[in-house]
Amino acid sequence: MPKMNLVEAINATLFQEMELNDKIVVMGEDVGVDGGVFRVTEGLIKKFGEQRVIDTPLAESGIIGAAIGMAIYGLKPVTEIQFEGFIFPAYEQIVSHIARIRTRSHGSYKCPIVLRSPYGGGVRALEHHSEAPETLYAHVPGLTVVIPSSPYDAKGLLSNALQAEDPVIFFEPKRIYRAFKEEVPEERYTIPFGQAKIVQEGHDVTIITYGAMVRVSMEAAELLKEKNISCEIVDLRTVSPIDTETIISSVRKTGRCVVVHEAPRNLGIGAEISARINEKALLDLKAPVKRVTAYDVVTPLPKLEDFHFPNAEKIINAVNYVMGF
Amino acid sequence: MPIETVFEGKVKYIQVIDKDGNADEKLDPKLPKDLLLRMYITMVVTRMFDDKALKLQRQGRIYTYPPCLGQEAAQIGSIAALNEEDWFFPSYREHGGYLWRGTEMKWMFVYLMGSELGMKIPEGKHNFLVSIPIATQTLHAVGAAWAAKILNHKVATMVYFGDGATSEGDFHEAMNFAGVFKTPTVFLNQNNQWAISVPRKKQTAAKTIAQKALAYGFEGVQVDGNDVLAVYRATKEAIDKAHRGEGPTLIEALTYRMSHHTTADDWTKYRDSAEVEQWKERDPVKRFRIYLERNGYWNEDLEKKTVERATSEIEKAIEEAESMKLDNPEDVFMYTYSKMPPHLVEQMNELMEYLKNKS
Repeated sequence: MPKMNLVEAINATLFQEMELNDKIVVMGEDVGVDGGVFRVTEGLIKKFGEQRVIDTPLAESGIIGAAIGMAIYGLKPVTEIQFEGFIFPAYEQIVSHIARIRTRSHGSYKCPIVLRSPYGGGVRALEHHSEAPETLYAHVPGLTVVIPSSPYDAKGLLSNALQAEDPVIFFEPKRIYRAFKEEVPEERYTIPFGQAKIVQEGHDVTIITYGAMVRVSMEAAELLKEKNISCEIVDLRTVSPIDTETIISSVRKTGRCVVVHEAPRNLGIGAEISARINEKALLDLKAPVKRVTAYDVVTPLPKLEDFHFPNAEKIINAVNYVMGF
Repeated sequence: MPIETVFEGKVKYIQVIDKDGNADEKLDPKLPKDLLLRMYITMVVTRMFDDKALKLQRQGRIYTYPPCLGQEAAQIGSIAALNEEDWFFPSYREHGGYLWRGTEMKWMFVYLMGSELGMKIPEGKHNFLVSIPIATQTLHAVGAAWAAKILNHKVATMVYFGDGATSEGDFHEAMNFAGVFKTPTVFLNQNNQWAISVPRKKQTAAKTIAQKALAYGFEGVQVDGNDVLAVYRATKEAIDKAHRGEGPTLIEALTYRMSHHTTADDWTKYRDSAEVEQWKERDPVKRFRIYLERNGYWNEDLEKKTVERATSEIEKAIEEAESMKLDNPEDVFMYTYSKMPPHLVEQMNELMEYLKNKS
């Protein structure tokens, strides 16, 4: 089985799905000849031609809006927006059209676009290049929001997105684009949305996280193991829909929960998870749900970035807090 | 030569029938009688539908309605040039367009009565949904045309938008994409002079809207939008050109919104009645009728019969729409995703439980 990093796994999935479905077109800024600024679409144009791998003008609303028309017509557009901080010109098309075409037409039209974008911080980038805006999309009815944490999951989740009938926002944590490799099967497989993964089992505390923070949480759990604290790590994989069932059954078992994400805290995914635990497992809790998140500030430039994002030590402190409550 | 002119552009204006109904012999597309009559009858029916909808809103039987009075020629003249397999991307005022494309009136009323069911598009009909966010639909039309091109289909798309929409970024991006990728798209601008209370001159300093096409590398043409034959002529040329693979066209149809922006608006607050009176003289329906009568295609008797038939059709459509059950609570949740996710199942059960126990 080949070992791949996240970029390679996504690239391989695009190749595989485009071969199987000639309705798939990839479009965005620099996705063709250049292969994307992170090289995620490398080689596609050579294989599938410029009719299906399209270098577009520099216009995000144009890319997404035109993709809507393509989807309505019967194509399956995969749009790349170069960085998560640049999606906003297209936000109207996403919120006012993509998310609600099915509802507005009573199911007679669907809009199965896959919107890919590098996401999150930790790469010492410019302003607008290190954002974690998932709440802005998870909050929109009609959208599915996927944030993979590993090459294996990325392939299964992207493959599922490329076969889905509904629009999918697919955020790729750029911090782990090339951070590690793992075995990724060559054959096609899918991972369904709304199904969290128990990354490791444990009995003292549940750490709920997703994306690049899964690795950071694993690092914390490893150190906590030395202190005889056993962490169960739940990787949400999709932040909309959220797999409530897995969360609740884990929290019922451990009685303690820490949520970790690199998005700001206020109204973040952690708030929603905490609310669901309150509603469904309040009496199982031995401590309040604790959140380890980025702060409610504009993502700082590299000099302050490390203060801003969660790290293993902050997670350990939160776990110690809920253990000692 | 140190200084030279690197670009010069021209925009044509076309009128076939003048405001008194006189047709220009050379420009008259001499359309077959059955097509002319279908166009005229649809214009009459559109006006009657419009009038009725306004009254229904005043009676509290439908919700907010955007009237299209005065724009019948701009709408029917253009939509009539489309083939069945071409795509229609409306804004929100194109009631005439929907009627021409075979949308049953009862569904239009169902939508106005506040149900998404009215916007369910029958399978295989290449009509898109009403689009309320301004200019966003221009991009959808470009994307659909682009898809047709990628799939080697001889299909064009036509998108409607107003003068206000030309100020939006999406209009610019749509025109730019259409130009760069030479998509088979017709941009049908109904310049009705007013974006709610803001006049056309405050939307752009350009002399015409049509000339904007030149900057994107394709043709723009201005027509008398109250002259159904001029609109038809320009649109047919643009559609044929799109089918031949020669790319997009922008058509600026000069027309006038004779009524309010919507039933929630009152035009007397921002414009002179003298201006409205002036446009009344250029009435698109009256003008077309004179043309048809002079050609011996129309008379008072046919007019009377058409009005009678349309009156009963409209009444029947309202009756049917009003007798439909449109408040099925499950429908709140049914169409958000292709498969209902667990949190929506839970919320639906919550609502059903509430309704069951409601006193």
